[in-house]
Amino acid sequence: MTQRTATLPPFQDLLDEHGRDVLGFLVASVGPHDAEDCFQETFIAALRAYPKLKHGDNLRSWLLTIAHRKAIDHHRAGARAARPSGSAEEVGGGLAVEDGSLAAVGEEGEVWTMVSVLPPKQRSAVVLRFATDMAYGQIGEMLDCSEEAARRSVHEGLKKLRGELA
Amino acid sequence: MSPIDEKSLKAALNGAGGGLDLEQAKAGLLARAEGEGLIDVAYTTVDSPFGEMLVAGTDRGIIRVAFPHRKGTGTRDWEKLLTEISEVVSPRIMEAPARLDPVRRELDAYFEGKLRDFSVPLDWRLTKGFQGKAIHQIARIPYGKTISYRDLAARAGSPRAFRAVGTACGANPLPPIVPCHRVLPASGGIGNYGGGPEMKRALLELEGALPEDQ
Repeated sequence: MTQRTATLPPFQDLLDEHGRDVLGFLVASVGPHDAEDCFQETFIAALRAYPKLKHGDNLRSWLLTIAHRKAIDHHRAGARAARPSGSAEEVGGGLAVEDGSLAAVGEEGEVWTMVSVLPPKQRSAVVLRFATDMAYGQIGEMLDCSEEAARRSVHEGLKKLRGELA
Repeated sequence: MSPIDEKSLKAALNGAGGGLDLEQAKAGLLARAEGEGLIDVAYTTVDSPFGEMLVAGTDRGIIRVAFPHRKGTGTRDWEKLLTEISEVVSPRIMEAPARLDPVRRELDAYFEGKLRDFSVPLDWRLTKGFQGKAIHQIARIPYGKTISYRDLAARAGSPRAFRAVGTACGANPLPPIVPCHRVLPASGGIGNYGGGPEMKRALLELEGALPEDQ
């Protein structure tokens, strides 16, 4: 067995404690239509890797990091399949509009539609900040940038949203 | 629509997950994890006449049965047990009731007095040392029979270790499948039991093995 500093909690605890956040994050970043699929991808990947984790600290951000990666994979796969020449923005917008159910979601759905057309990095930053209450430092770690850059991405994203939704 | 502020954005994005059924997503995940063989330990709760019990199993067999909570103990007890299993076996532990249907059926039948011998395979990895020896001996006590702590110590190879046998009973990870309720003090009386003396008395009564002075 791997040497680790502390015993890892049963995997079920991760699912019970953070499942809602992960699903919320995924709905906000890939849309309701594909969120469940990404949710399973996320937790299956986590389950595979779990016994090799060195410690059980920050399991929530560990899970959200995996979810974030799955969301990126999903956007890339969507980009390849749907419109090989489209920009990331167009792909995001396309995903949102293709799903007819969104029109019926009302104001909340409208917000999501707007968020989904943000550039990927801003979208992730905004979603992490507002769907999962993550601190800027952690957002930076997940997006592979500085805390300051994460703060800027959230700010830029918000500015765009204000402009579009106003 | 009014200009977006941070508060309404937060409400909208948090609400986003609410539209999807988390339970459905979890059920789908469980089925997939099962299919891909990623669940090393499955657990569930089982109703018994004494309250809800916890049952956990691995690919080798049932590894843990835990007594109903007694007054003054909380669910933390079960968390502790699962954490112990995480340490010894694997942290890939998930609530997967279907896999434990066979033991659930046998426990039901046993508590109804319709089953004498359990046939589900057992995983002994939570036992070790002299305790393990004693627990294996306890597993051989037939339905409806009792034995004293002292005699059991002799059978386990250390006649003077009857106190250690008492400790082993207390640490039995598989009650009542491993029937530590069939081990009694030589001096009379019912002795201790992890599920409480009332439960021990009830099980002995069920098996028609309650000593006459009880």
